[in-house]
Parts: sequence; structure tokens; C-alpha cells
Amino acid sequence: MIRSYANSLGLLWVLLSWLLPMSSQAAEYQLDIRKEIVNVTGKPLKKVTVNHSMPAPTLWWTEGEDVVVHVTNHMDEPSSVHWHGIMLPGYMDGVKGLNNYPGIEPGQTFTYRFTVRQSGTYWYHSHTNGQEQDGLFGALIIRPKGIDPVHADREHVVMFSDFSEEDASAIHAHLKMSSDYYNHARRTVGDFFQDVSDNGFKLAWQHASDWGSMRMSPTDLADVSGYTFLINGKTSQQNWTGTFKPGETVRLHMINASAMSFYDVRILDSENKRLKMTVVQADGRNVEPLPVDEFRFGVAETYDVLVQPAEAKAYTIVAEPIDRTGFAIGTLAPKEGMKGLMPEQRPRALLTMADMGDMDMGDMDHSKMSEEEMADMMAQMRSGWAKTGAPRGDKLLSYSNLKFLGEQQDLRTAEREIIVTLGGNMERYIWTMNGKTEMEAEPIALRFGERVKLTFVNETMMAHPMHLHGMFVQLDNGQPAGKLPDKSVVIVAPGKSYSVLLTADESGEWAFHCHLLYHMASGMMNKVVVAKLDGKDSHALEKVTEGKGDGHAH
Amino acid sequence: MLTKKLLPLPLCLLVLILSPASHAHDDMPLFHAFRLELDAGESRDNESVANWNLDGWIGGDDNKLWLKSEGAVIGHNTESSENWAMVSRNVATFWDVQAGVRYDNKPESTAYVVAGVTGLAPYHFETEAHFFASDEGDVSFRLREEKDFLFTQKMILQPFLEFNVFAQDVKELDVGSGLSDANIGLQLRYEITRKIAPYIEVSYDSLFGDTADMADAKGEHTSDSTITAGIRLMF
Repeated sequence: MIRSYANSLGLLWVLLSWLLPMSSQAAEYQLDIRKEIVNVTGKPLKKVTVNHSMPAPTLWWTEGEDVVVHVTNHMDEPSSVHWHGIMLPGYMDGVKGLNNYPGIEPGQTFTYRFTVRQSGTYWYHSHTNGQEQDGLFGALIIRPKGIDPVHADREHVVMFSDFSEEDASAIHAHLKMSSDYYNHARRTVGDFFQDVSDNGFKLAWQHASDWGSMRMSPTDLADVSGYTFLINGKTSQQNWTGTFKPGETVRLHMINASAMSFYDVRILDSENKRLKMTVVQADGRNVEPLPVDEFRFGVAETYDVLVQPAEAKAYTIVAEPIDRTGFAIGTLAPKEGMKGLMPEQRPRALLTMADMGDMDMGDMDHSKMSEEEMADMMAQMRSGWAKTGAPRGDKLLSYSNLKFLGEQQDLRTAEREIIVTLGGNMERYIWTMNGKTEMEAEPIALRFGERVKLTFVNETMMAHPMHLHGMFVQLDNGQPAGKLPDKSVVIVAPGKSYSVLLTADESGEWAFHCHLLYHMASGMMNKVVVAKLDGKDSHALEKVTEGKGDGHAH
Repeated sequence: MLTKKLLPLPLCLLVLILSPASHAHDDMPLFHAFRLELDAGESRDNESVANWNLDGWIGGDDNKLWLKSEGAVIGHNTESSENWAMVSRNVATFWDVQAGVRYDNKPESTAYVVAGVTGLAPYHFETEAHFFASDEGDVSFRLREEKDFLFTQKMILQPFLEFNVFAQDVKELDVGSGLSDANIGLQLRYEITRKIAPYIEVSYDSLFGDTADMADAKGEHTSDSTITAGIRLMF
């Protein structure tokens, strides 16, 4: 009864919105999802477009705006649009099966309506099958209502993505067929002999047997290769260019909208020196300005950086994927058509025992070790994953240096700690949270208003960008309580643990998952249920659907 | 005969695996991975030989239908032909337990019940171990090991080893109890893509114990070697 009442209310809303002219505070958008031929690599391929564009058009909203977005699915498969990093009623979050969101069936339109309660750099993407990989993603920039604490003379969106000629469903099937299907840097017999000549037979044998006994590979950096890396949908040859006038402060809204690719991001001037980037925002939330030379960009993270290119020359934006299989290249230049220095590919890192979380070297008898063995042990205790190959002395972004701009509201310490173990079976390409796949998992239940600590324990050899819908978490990064930075995506490095704090102040069912697309699709997903009452999930659900039944399907 | 009773079993297994009840989520896609090897060449006695070997599965993370078919044609005669259908269940990170049926057309029409394990042993040894009980009540065991050595990302050498052990004499098959036969070999393949790889293979077979004695008494070879070239497909 409640639902049908809500539905008719929703219908009334739409009728009203047709009859009445829109108030200045409400803007209406129409997104049309189609399968169309696109040509990125020279080969025409059927991919997912939004308003005939891949990537989807950039949306510019304003804080406080009541947005109305009609999304029509012209494909012959179900779809959805999820607003990444946005605080909104659960029903509007766009994940089928949560908060009664129905998805968008072929031929149907779903209308999203909510009030924008935040500002910053975000993105939106499909949360259905592999459509995000296949093209359904776009930038979402929300301007602040008042004065922006960040001053810039101009701004550009710089959105990175990884384009594959294969469809997401084929990639997933290949990973299930053979989890190293896309690994073209596996250890060879030659690598072993190289290791023998570098380190001696004993250590080389030990390395091989350490990995062999665990049935793992030190080359397992990225699960999928064969990508063409894009900036704003353009290949390195097409060279996306953002213009500036020398001396201007340019704000770059950087978004990693890739399905699977982490990057090391830097900007080079004409002398191969790094242009200083001042990080002013992380995942859409302002941080105290932090100058860096380079940062590692996790899947689904966003960073806003300020740069001041002084010369009337071309600067090269370089995003190098961590498996070093190419570049996403763009240019900052005084005018279109200029091209700066091309970077050299850095060496691909090898994982170490530290990435396996195997730091238990205390029982070794160090006194019996040779100098080489000692040096090797030290090397194995440093993460190979974290090795960027950046020149010595360069300042790299570290989570520990991020500070909230202003003062956090909730300074409470956590009432309880929730351990989230990140696990997987690389051999079978199954990924888990707390040992369970999405289908088996028990939801994480939180009381409304509760302050909890989430501790991720990564038992795998891959980094996982863990994303919580609907709420920001605060990195427990050693800064004072009022300065802990907000994030909606948290990179948990291989073999490491990392804690975040969370105030459960948004009721509903919130997807909680690894943002590597094929990890999520292979089980690394759960939900966090924030209940307004102490009762069951259904209470939270009712709260959400009662008031907000304004989505509709034609 | 037991054969007739056993044959419907694979069908039941198929229904069981593909039925919605066996996977809780209706969005859960079915995946598959099959390897097909077809090769032809010569034996030491200049006889022509041809082999087929299909091995793979269809299913989900926990439950799979596992199918195998392998055989050899020597001269114009099909010397061996085995067809398997098993339910395979993931029980540990690297291991599946399997149960099902095997039906041989050659050298004799024989049906077996199969139980065993398959998986990846430490140091990346692909391992299969199966027990068989035939419709005549004979019990045997087979182990197969293989391991890849990469010369390059595309040029891969795969040594393999397979042997059979019988619990009793099986007259119909000219097999004596104990270790009956073993097959070792090397396959060198070139992966044009991950799915298509031509290969050359040398393989050495030997009979042992009573089985070898029986062959000797019949005036047959107790060992043979072959060299073949073929193609390996993954789908």
C-alpha cells in the first residue's frame, strides 16, 4: 500500500514538473543510454554511449540544487546509473537490489530526484554487469553554493579510463577461464637465470620456491591487460589538450574512471622536470593544500590539483598504469595542437614477500646470513607494489599527509571496530570480503549515528580500492581527529591493513565493494545497512522508500 | 550390465549443476574453460598416430560439470577412447573433488565410476588423481602431473607424466595388477594467442610388471615413443 501510494505520488511529481516551469533551484537532465558503434583504437566496436557520447557527458551541478535526471535505457539489457560519492536517499543510489531500486529495464526511464548536499569532483557510472568498462561512465562536478575556498583561473576535467576492444563479459569469462589470461609478464626460465646471475643460485632458488610453494606469482600486478588508456575519452595520439595562459592557476578535476587500472600520475615540463601539483581535494572533499610531484591514482578515486604552468610551452600529463603496459597521455598547452615531451616507460615492479603480508622473518637466524642474503631479506621486506620508480627526492602523495580542510564535525572515537578481511582465490578468480562472496555474505549492520572503525585486512597480493556508497569515511591516517580527511574510496595495499572511521549518519542499504570491476563482479562486494531504529533492516528500508518514492518507470 | 545403469548418471549430473537450485543467485553467470588438443605424427615403428584430448568444465565457482574425452588412433585403428563426465566441487583454494562416470569405447567397452581430485599442487604442478571402479568390479588409479616452463611469454615447455595402477589383473585389458603403464613426455607450444597454440610433442610409453610380461608373451612391444604435432585450443 505504502509503495503504490508512493508511486502515484511520484507520478504526480512528474506531472507537476511538466506543468510548472522549473524553479531556478532545479535543473533537469536527460541521459539516453544506447549501444552504438564507437571507434577508439581504429576498430569500430559496439560500446555503451550516453547521449551518443563515450564517455558520458560531464554533468555540472551546484550544491543545493534539486536535480532531476531522467535516464532512458535504449539497450536490450538492464542498466543503471550510480552517482559515485554522492550522499543521497538510498533509492536514488542506483544499485539494483538495494533500497528497492529496480534498475532500468530495456525501454524504461528512471527519474532520479534528489537535493545535492555537497560540492566537489565525482563521477557517475553504471552499476550493472560490466557496462562501466564498456563505456557508461562520466564526470560529475558539483560547484559549491558559497565561495569556493580553492581559487583557480580556469579548470579542466581530466578523466582517465581504460578502454578494451573486448567486452567486459568476455574479459570476465577469460579471467574465470585462466586467471593469468592477461598477464604477459610472467616469470620465465630466462628470468630465473637472470636472478641466478644477479643474486646467486641460492637466493634465486629461494625466490622461485617461495612463490612456487604458495602457488603465486610476483608479476601479478594487474589482472587485465590489453587496455588503451584514455584521457577524457581520447587516446595519447588524439592528445586531449587543456589550454592555459602562462602564469595562470589551473585546476584539474582528475578522476580515475578506469575499470581496473591504477596509475602513477605526473606532469612533465619541456625539460622533463615535474610540474608541482597542489592537491586541494580528494574524492570531492577539500583538503589542506598539499604540494606533490606525483601520486598513485587508485581506481575510482578523484583528486583536484592546482598547477601553475609558467611557460608558454606544452606540458605532458602522464598517467602510467602500474603494470607499465602503456600510458594515458594528455597535454596542457597555451593552445591546441601542441605536444610536449614523451615520457619513457618505467620498469614494471615485481611483488615481494612484503606484498604477501609475509613479514614473519623474525625466526630467521640473521647471524648465519651472508651480506647478500641480508640485503635480499631487506629488499623482500619492502613492498614491490609501492615501488613507483619515481626519481629520488620526488614528493609522492601519501594518505598520511592528507588533512581535512577546516574541522571535522564528529570527533568521537569509534565505539567498535569492524574487521573487513579482503581475500581471494586468484587461481579461480574468486574475490571475497570476510571470506565470503557477495552472494554468501551477511550484511554489515550499523546503528544510525554510530561511530565505528572499519579495519581492512588485505590478505591478497593486489591493492583493493574499497568503496562505500552513500557516506564518506575518514582515513585513520595519524592526523588529529578534526583533521582526518574524508574519502569514499580507500586503497588497501597488498598484504597490509588500513583503518578508517565512519559515522553512520545516512540510513539505507549501501553497497560496499572493491572498485576493481572484475573483483566486484567475482564476489568482492557486500552491503552496509544503516538502520534508523534498533530493529531489522526493513525499518531502514521503509524509511527510505516511504518518503522518496519519486522514482518512476514508464 | 552396470554400464546401462551408469549411463544416465552424467545427464543427472548435468541437470543438477545447471539447475537454478545449485546456484543461489539468478545473476550468477555460468563460466567455462575447455582445452582441446589435436595432434598427429609417428611412432617409433613408423606407424601413424593421432590423438585427441578434451578437458574442461562448465559451471560456477563452487560446482562444475567436468568433461573429458581422450583417445588415440594408431594406423587405422582407434586404440583407446575414453569419455568422462564428473561433478566437480571446489573444496579448498586450489582443489576440487570430483565424482562421476567414465565410459571407454576402446580398447574394450567398459564403464567406470570415477572419484578423485584435481587442482594445483605447490610449485605449480597441475595435478589430477582419480580412482576408477569398472562395471566388472575392477579397481584402478591414475595420476597425471604437468607443469609449464616459460621460455618466453608465448613459447612454453610442458613436461607431463601419467601412470596407471591396477588393484588386480584385468584379463580383458591385458593388464596385470600393480603399476601397469606410464607415459612421460614434453610438449612445446607457441601461444599465438592464449586460445590458440600449435605444439610439438614427444612422448614415451612403457608397460611395467605383469602387464609388460603379458605383452612380452604376446610378442608385443613393452614400450613405444611417438612424436606428434598439433594444435591446442582454449575455449
